[in-house]
Amino acid sequence: MLKNLAELIGRRFIEFVRYAGGASILLGETLFWIPMPPMRRKQIIEQMSRIGVDSLPIVSLMSLFTGMVLALQSAYQMQKLSAEIYIASLVALSMVRELGPVLTALIVAGRIGASITAEIGTMKVTEQIDALETLATNPIKYLVVPRFLALVLMIPLLTLYADAIGMLGGYLIGVHKLDISHSMYMKMTWKALRYKDLYTGLIKSIFFAVIICVVACYEGMRAEGGAEGVGRATTSSVVTSFILVIASDCFFTALFYFLT
Amino acid sequence: MIEIINVSKTFDGHKVLDNLNLNIKTGESTVIIGRSGCGKSVLLKHIIGLLQPDSGHVLIDGKDITRMDEKELSAVRLRFGMLFQGAALFDSLNILENVGFALIEHTDTPRAEIVKRVKESLTLVGLKDIEYKKPAELSGGMRKRVGLARAIIVRPEIMLYDEPTTGIDPIMGDSINDLIIKLHTKLNVTSIAVTHDMTSAYKIADRVAMLYNGKIVADGTPDEIKSAKDPIVKQFITGAGTGPITEGIDFEHLV
Repeated sequence: MLKNLAELIGRRFIEFVRYAGGASILLGETLFWIPMPPMRRKQIIEQMSRIGVDSLPIVSLMSLFTGMVLALQSAYQMQKLSAEIYIASLVALSMVRELGPVLTALIVAGRIGASITAEIGTMKVTEQIDALETLATNPIKYLVVPRFLALVLMIPLLTLYADAIGMLGGYLIGVHKLDISHSMYMKMTWKALRYKDLYTGLIKSIFFAVIICVVACYEGMRAEGGAEGVGRATTSSVVTSFILVIASDCFFTALFYFLT
Repeated sequence: MIEIINVSKTFDGHKVLDNLNLNIKTGESTVIIGRSGCGKSVLLKHIIGLLQPDSGHVLIDGKDITRMDEKELSAVRLRFGMLFQGAALFDSLNILENVGFALIEHTDTPRAEIVKRVKESLTLVGLKDIEYKKPAELSGGMRKRVGLARAIIVRPEIMLYDEPTTGIDPIMGDSINDLIIKLHTKLNVTSIAVTHDMTSAYKIADRVAMLYNGKIVADGTPDEIKSAKDPIVKQFITGAGTGPITEGIDFEHLV
């Protein structure tokens, strides 16, 4: 019984180390291939459109409702203290520091991470990745680098957009439902925000982009066993990205808290 | 000349290639036969450097590809053309981009010239007017032909065929065999095919080698293989259900 438990823990640990090692190697190779010609502009722009532009509707909805809910929920407590005007600051800070980057990353991990894994995984199990190599084309340069650059550029932009729409959601509730004046709401929003809030949020979003890309591509590259294997890899990609985004968010928040 | 020297490869504790040795002469058409899952495709992937052996060497014209860096290996790979079992066409690209892939990626060939070369390659495999279709719109046999066209566009010196007739009807299979012979003679390439289809093997091979338990157990001309005395080879080429290959395996439950 104890032996079985030890074996299980050992096996899981080895799997974890192997996964972390494989993903790190993939990240290293991706960074190595980024400056190497050719620069696949067309593919990068296609991916940016797919990741950024096509995600706008869902990011808009999510941020608008999150901003509205934040304003409504905080109104409960703030009204007791007659401190409704601070709702503006609370919404702005929560969106910019935390919810904008994290929720955007989770949406992209679910929407784009899954599709990247499914696409690369299908290419792997149908030998298209091997075919790329036989045609003297590095699969990381051809497949991973454009997705990596597109994610690292688009997730921070989507995050900024989500921040703005979230604040708009808070504004709609604050001004039209809670009767805070337009000028007061705007003033309290700007007063609360510091540059630091913005850039810590953006730094986090860049790391989230790296996590999503590396996990999605790595899961795709190691998919095996036909359609079932691709399905498994896709599920695993989304779950792993979610966990790593949340865990690294906790880590970065603590880091920024203690550093600054 | 391709020399495979003492190559071993193990997957999950299962030894697929076991100190395997095989030499393939330039210009020769060699067919490697063996049961499904016996490691034929694994052997083929070692020849083009898609897999690295656990031990042993693969020499292409005296140069060991197991010791090459990415750049050297890429240069060697451009001397090869490979037809995959399922054709492995890129789903996201149309036929023009698939067939012209190597030219688009590795040369500065003008677009008009690429279109011309793609059309030539497609004509050589008996296809036309499909340049702007996607792979999903084609039948299995057509996909294999497009895969062939993609492989030959760079004028390879060595062609590798992974189960060229599997998954297509016998008539289409025979036309693929004819194509392989045509490419072999017309383009003067060294051909290596792996298959378990004996009709195909006899038709396209100058030489047949049989892979069994990770080793080459028979090697000769198609006529020598047909008249082989070895019970393992005999059972395989006749497709007999009972014999040394299936010893201890009970097929009763399948009936």
